Amino acid sequence: MALLQISEPGQSAAPHEQRLAVGIDLGTTNSLVATVRNGIAVVLNDHEGQGLLPSIVRYLRDGRVVVGREAEREQVRDPKNTIVSVKRFMGRGLKDVTHVENSPYDFVDSPGMVQLRTVAGVKSPVEVSAEILKALRARAEDSLFGNESGELAGAVITVPAYFDDAQRQATKDAGKLAGLNVLRLLNEPTAAAIAYGLDNAAEGIYAVYDLGGGTFDISILKLSKGVFEVLATNGDAALGGDDFDQRLFCWVGERAKLAPLSAEDTRALLVKSRVAKEFLTVHAEARVSGALASGEVVDVTVTQKEFQDMTRPLVAKTLAPTRKALRDAGLDTADVKGVVMVGGATRMPHVQQAVAEHFRQTPLTNLDPDKVVALGAAIQANVLAGNRRAGDDWLLLDVIPLSLGVETMGGLVERVIPRNSTLPVAGAQEFTTFKDGQTAMSIHVVQGERELVADCRSLAKFELRGIPPMAAGAARIRVTFQVDADGLLGVSAREATTGVKAAVAVKPSYGLTDAEITQMLKESFDHARDDVQLRVLKEQQVEGERMLSAVESALREDPDLVSPEEGSALRGELDALKKTLSCNDHRTIRSAIERVNRATEAFAGRRMDRAVKRALAGRKVESL
Amino acid sequence: MNLNENHFQIFGIPASFEVDAVALEKRYRELQREVHPDRFAGASHAEQRVSMQLATRVNEAYQTLRSPLMRAGYLLQLHGVDPEFETNTTMPAEFLAGEMERRERLEEAVAAVDWERLIALSADLRTEQDALLGRIERQLEAQQWGEAAATLRQLKFLEKFGEEIGAAEEKLES
Repeated sequence: MALLQISEPGQSAAPHEQRLAVGIDLGTTNSLVATVRNGIAVVLNDHEGQGLLPSIVRYLRDGRVVVGREAEREQVRDPKNTIVSVKRFMGRGLKDVTHVENSPYDFVDSPGMVQLRTVAGVKSPVEVSAEILKALRARAEDSLFGNESGELAGAVITVPAYFDDAQRQATKDAGKLAGLNVLRLLNEPTAAAIAYGLDNAAEGIYAVYDLGGGTFDISILKLSKGVFEVLATNGDAALGGDDFDQRLFCWVGERAKLAPLSAEDTRALLVKSRVAKEFLTVHAEARVSGALASGEVVDVTVTQKEFQDMTRPLVAKTLAPTRKALRDAGLDTADVKGVVMVGGATRMPHVQQAVAEHFRQTPLTNLDPDKVVALGAAIQANVLAGNRRAGDDWLLLDVIPLSLGVETMGGLVERVIPRNSTLPVAGAQEFTTFKDGQTAMSIHVVQGERELVADCRSLAKFELRGIPPMAAGAARIRVTFQVDADGLLGVSAREATTGVKAAVAVKPSYGLTDAEITQMLKESFDHARDDVQLRVLKEQQVEGERMLSAVESALREDPDLVSPEEGSALRGELDALKKTLSCNDHRTIRSAIERVNRATEAFAGRRMDRAVKRALAGRKVESL
Repeated sequence: MNLNENHFQIFGIPASFEVDAVALEKRYRELQREVHPDRFAGASHAEQRVSMQLATRVNEAYQTLRSPLMRAGYLLQLHGVDPEFETNTTMPAEFLAGEMERRERLEEAVAAVDWERLIALSADLRTEQDALLGRIERQLEAQQWGEAAATLRQLKFLEKFGEEIGAAEEKLES
């Protein structure tokens, strides 16, 4: 029997209105793109039927950029210009990068994020990541629209749960640079939990153990009645399968008594080490052999036991964060109903064994550990794009992985937002002046768990200006830190006694400024002989359309929440916006969007109020 | 719901120390289902901003109400009483003597790497905390704000000690 579907306000039901959105797993080793097709999450393959895109970018002298398998083939021949595992450098300074001595790159230590010198110029990790995202975007558009023109509604990009603000910001910047509408940054273990939980109708406490190519995350989640609530997360943003390769590489070097290697030989031997590591997952021994550029011949055999013994400290390194996450969640291993394994590195038998021993249960490996994150991201993207169907009533509650604080006297950290707070979250801190008539002060925001500023990550230095001149200690400046659902920080400040809003000048220690993004966008589009103006115009038009339809549907749903005067003013602004959409000046459209935004503010508040009252009364539309 | 309502009003429950944890969690989820930013990914910027503010507010209220310690402190604050965590360090002599002894036991257990004694110490602490929570509930109900504030300071003290046990366990594990 066919049932009539009645959608809740704000949800679209008509299939032709389905907006196509994708989930992207931007991995250290491999990246994937997935989407929801006919209600089922699927990984999108390339022309050769491959789902995994090696996260490898090669820059050529003529300015061409090659991504994926083609770049992978040339990595040994051209290691300096072929960037692998770029995720390790996202939002990181040179001093934070591990294995620098074994990396064949020409690093440029620039303030903030480390950069790489290639034949095509100096590239930031954000630009390199954007190339991977562009390739996935092209694959998605090809696969979803074919020869017809179409636009992706947006993308959810996954990040390690333990990524800090700088690394998240870098990832979001890369998405923007690739021309994606980034709907959300989603934590990788949480994405895996969505894919797993929705598939298995799981209820109870679950641990997601995610050992990827370059990062380790452990998340403890409570799954119940369609709510995915992250209780605690922990991890190591610089520990992954790569480190196992490195360990084996060093061991082979010692065994074969090799002299320091050239960049080409280093890369060649690293690749062979990785192949051997993977081989040892199912075989008792592996051979690492080949001729070096120097003419030297390497031929070393490594047994599974030797490999496991040499890498056991790495496995042990994952258990300390695991214990911490459980302690933060106020739970014991006995409370954990299931352990979901994610990431290619969890294929190693001694990793599985260590996890099984720790949790005293066999971990769940029935989902492809390489694909589960992208699938979860696709499911979330589909819902965020507005394709929530009846029954898709699930809710995701994630947390901030690391505490946020400010620097106080003596280089100490004053904690403003504790780790594992549910997002979105805000914290406030009051500051005062120490000189008569002082009108400016600088505030240093850091992220981390240590007590000394020097041991935490510097996120930003803020200049507060325009403080009304008062006697020392009289001004009360309240600085509010708001962390959004992406885990990204925003700051605002206000002088409490006078209500004067202090201007906040943000100087990110690691992220990019808007001007830098614009400049990069311009350069990349110039290069692609794309017209940057046209691109910006197109973006504003899409944004304007989105705005029009959002406000119009809100007016249809709650017409009684606007007074006649307000309604006609709002309609006036909407008409004005509609007219600007066909013009070709993006600034005109932008300001019309802003005017609609301002005109709709009070209405938006009242609508939300009504939704909340409905929730409180426990009378949801669907249950009437 | 507006941003000026207090935590109890946001959850539509009476402002009292006694709270039904299961009902609180259920209501929390109902509220987040309506206001969470994931519900407004396609909405106007104004709606997205309101959604983030409300979801933040709901989280803050929930974190406060679900924790007995924070809830007690919040009730005092609503009645204009400052618990003086930073400034008032006077504690009953008896309480302090008990705490000194507890600290010594922790140091001994750590020095001897004695897990059983650590676990026993945690259990003792929980018993003491439960007793004080019972006391503060009676004091709050009787509107004895000054007395409740004194109990809350002791509870805060015990909470810090609990963190020290956690840190000690972490050290022993590594």
